[in-house]
Amino acid sequence: MPNVRGASDVLEELKDRFGAPSTGNPGGPMGLVQKTGDGLPTQWVSRNRVRDVLRYLKLEAERPYRMLYDLTAIDERTRAYRDDQPASQFTVIYHLLSFERNADIRLKVALVEPDLAMPTITDIWPAANWYEREIWDMFGIVFDGHPHLRRILLPPWWQGHALRKDHPARATEMEPFHLSEGKEEAEQETLRFHPEEWGMRRVHDGTDFMFLNLGPNHPAVHGVFRIVLQLDGEEIIDAVPEIGFHHRGAEKMGERQSWHTYIPYTDRVDYLGGVMNNLPYVLAVEKLAGIEVPDRVKVMRVMMAEFFRVASHLVFYGTFAQDLGALSPVFFMFTDRERVFDVVEAICGGRMHPSWYRIGGVAQDLPQGWDRLVRDFLDYMPSRLDEYDKIALGNRILKARTRGVGSYSADEAIEWGVTGPNLRACGFEWDFRKTRPYSGYDQFEFDIPTGQHGDCYDRCAVRAEEIRQSLRIIEQCLENMPAGAHKADHPLTTPPLRKQTLHDIETLIDHFLGVSWGPVIPPGEAFVGIEATKGNNGYYLVSDGNTMAYRVRIRTPSFPHLQMIPLISRGLMISDLIAILGSIDFVMADVDR
Amino acid sequence: MSESARIWANLILILAAVFAFSALLSWIERRLLGVWQDRYGPNRVGPFGILQIVADSIKLLTKEDWVPPFADKAVFVLAPTIVAVTALLAFAVVPIAPDIGVVDLNIGLLFFLAMSSLGVYSVVLGGWASNNKYSLLGGFRAAAQMLSYEVFMGLALMGVVMLAGSFNLRDIVAAQENLWFCVPQILGLATFTVAGIAEARRLPFDLPESENELVAGFHTEYSSMKFGLFFIGEYVGITLISAMIVTLFFGGWLGPLLPPLVWFLLKTFIVIACFVLLRAALPRPRYDQLMAYGWKVMLPLTLVNLLITGAVVLSAA
Repeated sequence: MPNVRGASDVLEELKDRFGAPSTGNPGGPMGLVQKTGDGLPTQWVSRNRVRDVLRYLKLEAERPYRMLYDLTAIDERTRAYRDDQPASQFTVIYHLLSFERNADIRLKVALVEPDLAMPTITDIWPAANWYEREIWDMFGIVFDGHPHLRRILLPPWWQGHALRKDHPARATEMEPFHLSEGKEEAEQETLRFHPEEWGMRRVHDGTDFMFLNLGPNHPAVHGVFRIVLQLDGEEIIDAVPEIGFHHRGAEKMGERQSWHTYIPYTDRVDYLGGVMNNLPYVLAVEKLAGIEVPDRVKVMRVMMAEFFRVASHLVFYGTFAQDLGALSPVFFMFTDRERVFDVVEAICGGRMHPSWYRIGGVAQDLPQGWDRLVRDFLDYMPSRLDEYDKIALGNRILKARTRGVGSYSADEAIEWGVTGPNLRACGFEWDFRKTRPYSGYDQFEFDIPTGQHGDCYDRCAVRAEEIRQSLRIIEQCLENMPAGAHKADHPLTTPPLRKQTLHDIETLIDHFLGVSWGPVIPPGEAFVGIEATKGNNGYYLVSDGNTMAYRVRIRTPSFPHLQMIPLISRGLMISDLIAILGSIDFVMADVDR
Repeated sequence: MSESARIWANLILILAAVFAFSALLSWIERRLLGVWQDRYGPNRVGPFGILQIVADSIKLLTKEDWVPPFADKAVFVLAPTIVAVTALLAFAVVPIAPDIGVVDLNIGLLFFLAMSSLGVYSVVLGGWASNNKYSLLGGFRAAAQMLSYEVFMGLALMGVVMLAGSFNLRDIVAAQENLWFCVPQILGLATFTVAGIAEARRLPFDLPESENELVAGFHTEYSSMKFGLFFIGEYVGITLISAMIVTLFFGGWLGPLLPPLVWFLLKTFIVIACFVLLRAALPRPRYDQLMAYGWKVMLPLTLVNLLITGAVVLSAA
């Protein structure tokens, strides 16, 4: 584990710089060092010093932590197991990533009611803007100095803060819903855009700006995404993205579903990613439970995940071309995606959302004849990809529309939390499958395609090449599928292997408990991030020794990607914005969760 | 048969044929796109789905005919009629076969250019009267696009006029007895085709509509038969441009063995199929790229063509 190697170093550095950890948190600057299930160095910091520590880690430290990878909070008020942690009712968590060290650090700040306020860090990381709004929205923690502290996922008229433990999780726990005409009108009125609230002018230098409401229902926004444009003619002066229309409370549901029954919910977070979404979740649960899965499981998981990477990238490729006005490619690519789904269906039973991974394994063993299906697909696909390079990427109009449009540098990308193909398009070679191999990716041979300019064209070219690399990985899976069980022999494997169930009482009890209550995962915290279809998708799970998670935090790649749209679209035209939206490759379910 | 009866028969039959063909064209286009995109296209209503257009027409006619309360009502209603009327009027001068055609104008070509230019007003007015921001942007784009492409559309045809020595379309067809103008006027053909696609607002020149960007552009607010008129206008427009390309560059009705009418229809259909193929094959350029292409590439090409043709005609004389 690379994280563990870097762990002590950075904590030593912080100790040298800010003084030794003290138990009297939140009084002293540095608090306890917490042990977590993932081995990530976790440092408690006082609220007064957190900005200094963050600034040090980002700007002054040797081999700095340049990316604000995640920023979230926990309502700790009903948590039972907090032995090695200071008293806290709400904890704000900063998760930073250092590329130079290939290591992460987690900083925690304790807050006690009624003083739920934090200093903003939007001046250190602009990417913190949306994360801090989300924490305000979900937990009611105020960020002093934040430029636009308002709700982001829930509508402005919402009462309460949804991820607090005392907020109801189900409609049955709430008053019967009634929508009067007056309330409906008032709610609709809150959708009206007021440029002044965002510091925009309606008139400047004798020019009347037009404010164009693009979305939430618009052909090019890939779901329900709203972006309000300030236009001078067709030129974009500024843009305000608005999200939350696809919010389903996936994190809140995690606190109500058993560890096992939550798996299907993960499928729907990035709904083009299928089982790719299961992977970080089950890996994190397995880390908490201490389950080591057999090699066969690892390879099966890798193979299906790569099939879904192919499927997701094909959708991207087709819709990107379609956004640029090309009618035909999307039909070819959806046809190919059907072929992927035929294989997925034969192996998993489902198509888009197979929910196939299990805690400690996968749902079933591979069916007979799976190898022939996979081989057929591998024979079929490469020539199609070559053809797509000609009809889509090679087209001169498409090149003219996308080269140099919506570009950002690798530094900007890191500043804004961009990961995955969008980061690699800037020429920065960073892929979790190589840098932090999980599920046995270190055993595979494949290349990491990168671009150069970080523009729309490169983002598409990188993904087109990634499809080929995924095919390489699938081929290696096909040729080297290990023998063995499709589940780990561990009491918390859910549901466990049944071969001894009828012979000894122990496994029968495990099976009964796992199926009727759900497995009880030992208390602890673990984060696992993987290279998903659209960037780094990660699950930060907090277990309180129960059948359900205490907190499920889903770090999705599309959330920060959307946040930087205004930055890269200023000064361009509406058509360019459409190209940018297509090239980012997001789905709103992945943004809003 | 008296002379006036012949004219009336011609007129009514051509009108009916143009309407029928344009309606059929939507089915042809969807089937052709289906073939090129590995799918079926409409194939359920009637044999080969050919009655799809009947179903579509019934649907369009029975939809709510909605005029937005914020629209400029008079102009909003007027706009879709302009496009259909001008396209149909322009058809009057098309020489379909030696004795088929509505009128034989000695300035037929100019009449066609005038009518197709008037058609632009439909889009611009429709976009403006809708009082919707997307429509307005579509209208802007239409105005800018037409302005740039009108300029060389007329100029592109002057080479043909010089060679034929006439603005009369029948004379122009007759002048191609020995050699179709697509050979000496290859540049004129290329530039006129591009301008024609722009005139018909078809991909890759469908910027006023561009559904991925502007929802439906200038006709976002239109429904029912008002939308239907835009639709008909577009298909009559394609048929018209294809018929003009055939008339001006591919010898109109001329051809061996088969009767002239068949030749004309066959050639027109092939040109239309090329239009559909273009739509299946190309993405859409950006608005400023389109303008730059018009002014910096197409216009100079047209002027070069004019100079060369002029020099050749002069030296031959």
